[in-house]
Amino acid sequence: MTTGSLHSFDVSTGVDGPGTRFVAFLAGCPLRCQYCHSPDTWHRRAGTPTTADELMREIARYERFIKVAGGGVTVSGGEPLEQPDFVREVLRRCHEDGLHTALDTSGFLGDRADDELLSYTDLVLLDIKSGDPATYRKVTGTGRLEPTVRFAHRLAERGVPIWVRFVLVPGLTDAEANVAAVAELAAAVHTVERVEVLPFHRLGAGKYQALGLPFPLAQTSAPDAELLERVQAQFRDRGLAVF
Amino acid sequence: MTSTAWRGFHGTTWRETVDVSAFIRDNVEPYTGDAEFLSGATERTTRIWDQLSRMFPEERARGIHDVDVHTPSTITSHAPGYIDQDAELIVGLQTTAPLRRAIMPAGGLRMVENGLAAYGYTLDPAVRTTFSQYRKTHNAGVFDAYPADVLAARRSHIITGLPDAYGRGRIIGDYRRVALYGVDRLIADRKALKAGLDDRTSSEDVIRDREELAEQIRALEDLRFMAGRYGYDIAGPATTGREAIQWLYFAYLAAIKEQNGAAMSLGRTSSFVDVYLQRDLAEGTITEESAQELIDDFVIKLRIVRFLRTPEYDQLFSGDPTWVTESLGGMDRDDRPLVTRSSFRYLQTLYNLGPAPEPNLTVLWSPRLPDGFKRFCAQVSMDTSAIQYENDDLIRPAYSDDTAIACCVSAMRVGKDMQFFGARANVAKALLYAINGGRDEMSGDQVAPVSPAVTADVLDYDDVLAKFDSTLDWLAETYVDALNVIHYMHDKYAYERIEMALHDYPVRRILATGMAGLSVAADSLSAIKYAQVKALRNENGLIVDYAVDGEFPAYGNNDDRADTIAVDLVERFMAKIRQQPTYRNAEHSLSVLTITSNVVYGKHTGNTPDGRRAGEPFAPGANPMNGRDRHGLVAAALSVAKLPYRSARDGISLTSTVTPNGLGHSRDERIGNLVGVLDGYTDAGGFHLNVNVLDRATLEDAMVHPENYPQLTIRVSGYAVNFVKLTAEQQRDVISRTFHGSL
Repeated sequence: MTTGSLHSFDVSTGVDGPGTRFVAFLAGCPLRCQYCHSPDTWHRRAGTPTTADELMREIARYERFIKVAGGGVTVSGGEPLEQPDFVREVLRRCHEDGLHTALDTSGFLGDRADDELLSYTDLVLLDIKSGDPATYRKVTGTGRLEPTVRFAHRLAERGVPIWVRFVLVPGLTDAEANVAAVAELAAAVHTVERVEVLPFHRLGAGKYQALGLPFPLAQTSAPDAELLERVQAQFRDRGLAVF
Repeated sequence: MTSTAWRGFHGTTWRETVDVSAFIRDNVEPYTGDAEFLSGATERTTRIWDQLSRMFPEERARGIHDVDVHTPSTITSHAPGYIDQDAELIVGLQTTAPLRRAIMPAGGLRMVENGLAAYGYTLDPAVRTTFSQYRKTHNAGVFDAYPADVLAARRSHIITGLPDAYGRGRIIGDYRRVALYGVDRLIADRKALKAGLDDRTSSEDVIRDREELAEQIRALEDLRFMAGRYGYDIAGPATTGREAIQWLYFAYLAAIKEQNGAAMSLGRTSSFVDVYLQRDLAEGTITEESAQELIDDFVIKLRIVRFLRTPEYDQLFSGDPTWVTESLGGMDRDDRPLVTRSSFRYLQTLYNLGPAPEPNLTVLWSPRLPDGFKRFCAQVSMDTSAIQYENDDLIRPAYSDDTAIACCVSAMRVGKDMQFFGARANVAKALLYAINGGRDEMSGDQVAPVSPAVTADVLDYDDVLAKFDSTLDWLAETYVDALNVIHYMHDKYAYERIEMALHDYPVRRILATGMAGLSVAADSLSAIKYAQVKALRNENGLIVDYAVDGEFPAYGNNDDRADTIAVDLVERFMAKIRQQPTYRNAEHSLSVLTITSNVVYGKHTGNTPDGRRAGEPFAPGANPMNGRDRHGLVAAALSVAKLPYRSARDGISLTSTVTPNGLGHSRDERIGNLVGVLDGYTDAGGFHLNVNVLDRATLEDAMVHPENYPQLTIRVSGYAVNFVKLTAEQQRDVISRTFHGSL
């Protein structure tokens, strides 16, 4: 029996993939993004050891609702691909139950998703932190862009649909060249169905305080409408569907 | 006469006996398309609505716009009133001018005097003399007959909001009958029914029925007279769509001229009216624009229904609600949708006239409704937050396919059922009484009978539950006792003669009890069961606070450990209610609904074992306690959906607020997702859902700048209100309540 470290779960609509979804947040992430709104999911030990059976039992409580309402299951984090065996089993069993599956990942650990895992994945929510390698490192502290690029192309080869997500942070990820590079990457991957530009928010600040950690972007504001529009237009101009 | 009026109509049974449901089944044209066909507001509609809108700010500032202090209101008491006589398509006002309120002292003189005093008016002394010296009121009768324990329970707020000083409401006349048959046919029918009682021995029941039927006949005659003063002869049936709406409205108007019931609901009229409008359209006498204009004008009238009420009443039911509830949609018994173009037209008024809390538009939802209608409803919810949803798949088998909602969640077969409205009992406070041996946790008074109080330091689940069970026995008995007195006196002194004239004889009566504090009581029991709860006593040995050590599952997270406690509580209380004898053998029923009284109930309830502080508001209706539902709206909704409808046939209310972003990224996606959630909740057996789609920032800004939000409408436990009309305390409660950022 595979056991994973589960931080929490939620049932949400319209924000973590199509429709109403059971979202399992796994604990543990190799990246330390400056804008991270869930620092409480950074460490594996912050989660509760949970067997796939236990998680599937929880999902079963929502299965009927999800099927009637339209939606599925999203495995998110943290970085779910820190625990590929657990993720593989959960996605497989969701598929067996006829539930649409989505994997919400940065792609940084994309190599750990084997072909079998991807065969149970109906959609990848691919969080591209930045298009410029230097900015990527600056944003994530510990990460590199290249594995995400490689993962995106691999998904395309396998025909896995992708929703690209890009967090827009004024002064950090908003440089025109950086956005253009993300757009170029997205446009080059033929299974990208849409790009979601997510405006930075400070709602996670309280969690940093609770954990006794400094919030690197405490002084950063949410992007204004004008900036948001400019960035969305950059994606639209590449022929991408932008939300 | 009828051959002209009924030209082109199908079916026969409804011709022989008064049966509007059969008429609808035989003639309704279900509409399965989308909202494209709808028309906007005409210049005439906008002009009339603007004229009224200019009067609203002053009304809001002063509390009321105007009141007639001289004339106790009856069907015929006031001369015709108009907004703009030449321009109005549908006529009739409660008094001689728009927003001029009427006095209805038969319900209670004190309510009238206090209501007037609150706004700087004084009652005409002649009226006071009449209703204190010559004519007894409902309120006076009730207090003559209340036993002492009811008075004590009322004083300590374990039972609150009883309709003992005001009209009980929640009775829906089948106003459609006046349009379909005309008044004379209905009078003849009543006369035959009364004659049918002549052979019966004059027992108390028979005497009362004869007197009531005589009153009903008189009310119908008054209705005909009142319409006549407006220039309409409604002796015969309506011959056009405009007449159908006008006849129907006159009948409703007669009811609201004579009764200031808490909820004066309209019924289920849209698809009835649609039959007439479709005939007119087919005959080429109206266009879509003029059909919409008729509905718009009708809805304008429904929006300015007003009653004189007191500030204490507003504390319970905030925002000046009238619950002109209209039920839309639903399926018929042959699985055909009862959705018509007019169902869309009623919803369209929220665009043509802007959002408003009244009429209380209520969609009877089934996943099998046509997709175009479902999407339009979701769209209107997103744009206006003004509509509520109830589960047609639960209502139809329990009642019928011609059932309407009174007030917020109370289902009744139109023209066949009436109910005795019973406000609600506070089960969270009852739990505290159980722990304290029947003493009130705030006053220390012995309110319930003396029983063994908890003596241990740490509360034991089985011990507390056994004590709670006994306290609920006492509560159910005292509560139903109070209701029996109230409804006896209401029938006697403030009988709803026009509404009852539009019901079948004999009518089915439902005694509608209610419970408040469900989530507080359930979580308290869960805390006692799964955590360690220590009792903290004051110097008099009264347990006034609790120390909770450890975690406990809370109701509202789709967690059976807590949810089964809530389910048990509903079943347990209903079982105890069922054991009580009822006035006129009414059928027992129960709702889990608070309206806005969750704030007042909380104010009068001490610290509870779930950690809630004394005075803190309860969650509204069947909602989970504020902030304790940690897995989002769907998990909370599934917890609520577990509450058994069979034990709460008067309805189970859930209010939720989501931000637009919490439904999806694009408008189209949000509409689809909201439809999905409504389907899922209905499929899971959820009964009622209020949907608000709002940003927190909008509400906060509206608190500071109410003048910028005259039409901002939000749904609160079973009805909608103008947010700016709520008291500041209730505004804060609404804002602090879980804002589901994501569904």
